[in-house]
Amino acid sequence: MTTVSMTVNGKKVSADVAPNTLLVQFIRDNLRLTGTHVGCDTSQCGACTVHVNGDSVKSCTMLAAQAEGADVTTIEGLAKNGELHPMQAAFKENHGLQCGFCTPGMIMSAVDLVKRNPNPSEETIRTELEGNICRCTGYHNIVKSVKAAAENMGG
Amino acid sequence: MYSFDYERPSGVNEAASAIGEDDKFLAGGQTLIPTLKLRLAQPGKLVDLSGISELKGISVNGSELSVGAMTRHVDVADSADVKSAIPALAQLASHIGDAQVRNRGTIGGSISNNDPAADYPAALVGLGATVHTNKRSISAEDFFVDLFETALEDGELVTKVTFPIPEKAGYAKFPNPASRFALTGVFVAKTASGVRVAVTGAGPCVFRQTDMEAALSSNFSPDAVSGIKTEASGLNADIHASADYRANLITVMAARAVKAAS
Repeated sequence: MTTVSMTVNGKKVSADVAPNTLLVQFIRDNLRLTGTHVGCDTSQCGACTVHVNGDSVKSCTMLAAQAEGADVTTIEGLAKNGELHPMQAAFKENHGLQCGFCTPGMIMSAVDLVKRNPNPSEETIRTELEGNICRCTGYHNIVKSVKAAAENMGG
Repeated sequence: MYSFDYERPSGVNEAASAIGEDDKFLAGGQTLIPTLKLRLAQPGKLVDLSGISELKGISVNGSELSVGAMTRHVDVADSADVKSAIPALAQLASHIGDAQVRNRGTIGGSISNNDPAADYPAALVGLGATVHTNKRSISAEDFFVDLFETALEDGELVTKVTFPIPEKAGYAKFPNPASRFALTGVFVAKTASGVRVAVTGAGPCVFRQTDMEAALSSNFSPDAVSGIKTEASGLNADIHASADYRANLITVMAARAVKAAS
């Protein structure tokens, strides 16, 4: 066993875990934060995307031990004081989801995307979301949502 | 995943002495962790290199660009130093995998894995880079040996890669539509020691296309390579593309790389 300590959604957490524990397992099973989804389990679909020190990463492709000392944000950490994050609100308003399974990862990627590209073109949004797969929407309304959120976020 | 031990040393020497015969260095983990999840590898211990600060960072020293082994793809893509010294290298890094992979994956991890469809091997061979390890310096051409095989010995660790800054360079790849790995990618560089053309994705290991190098030496333009064919025998063939298709892509990508060179 190895002891891991990190900050998740602003809260300090610590646990003894087996070294082969994935960050997503730590988040879902130890912390019971089940908004972060496991879609493909082969590092392709991006449903498990969280932020580690502000960068989007696939939490199924990182060990919990590698996040030692890191600042982690999951989908549960985006809303503030009961208000949806502008990206969450934009997905809701623009029908950026259907079944919703990919949505937590899609939103975490999109927040990082807008941080890196405050005023993204449609092409940039489509390229930067290559690591997130959606099998319902055909992506069109996701792109629309991200564009709307970027405008609301002051891009 | 099978179980394993885990260690995160803070120095290169410490990492080198921590590694045993059945152990693996862990860089960004974007290939190794999926491999472990599929139970395709069973290391006794992972020695995580992320705590070694001397392995990170980018610097320009005169005519040479230096990139630390644990420097992530996103950092190479965004670096003002890389963009001004070798824009083609920044552009190449910005198209590796997807955003999440670029936020974790490292140059040292990528080249040590030597995936035949990885992008970086083309840049290293195309630019005539040198791979520095904790034991020695190896020219890029000697470093990449064969399919998933490098010149690294057991327990040897890449510390940095140095790139001579070229007069101009360009990279073009035809990405696999699903994985974004290079179905075929060609890196072209006009350097002080001549023109170099390196091909990744098409064969079992990165290689130089010397006919194109000769043609570009006298006329550095897309037209100079657009008529040059590459022998298809020995090239990769799989469900994504036949060897003939890849051979044709080498010509097309080489012309695009020359056109893009800056």
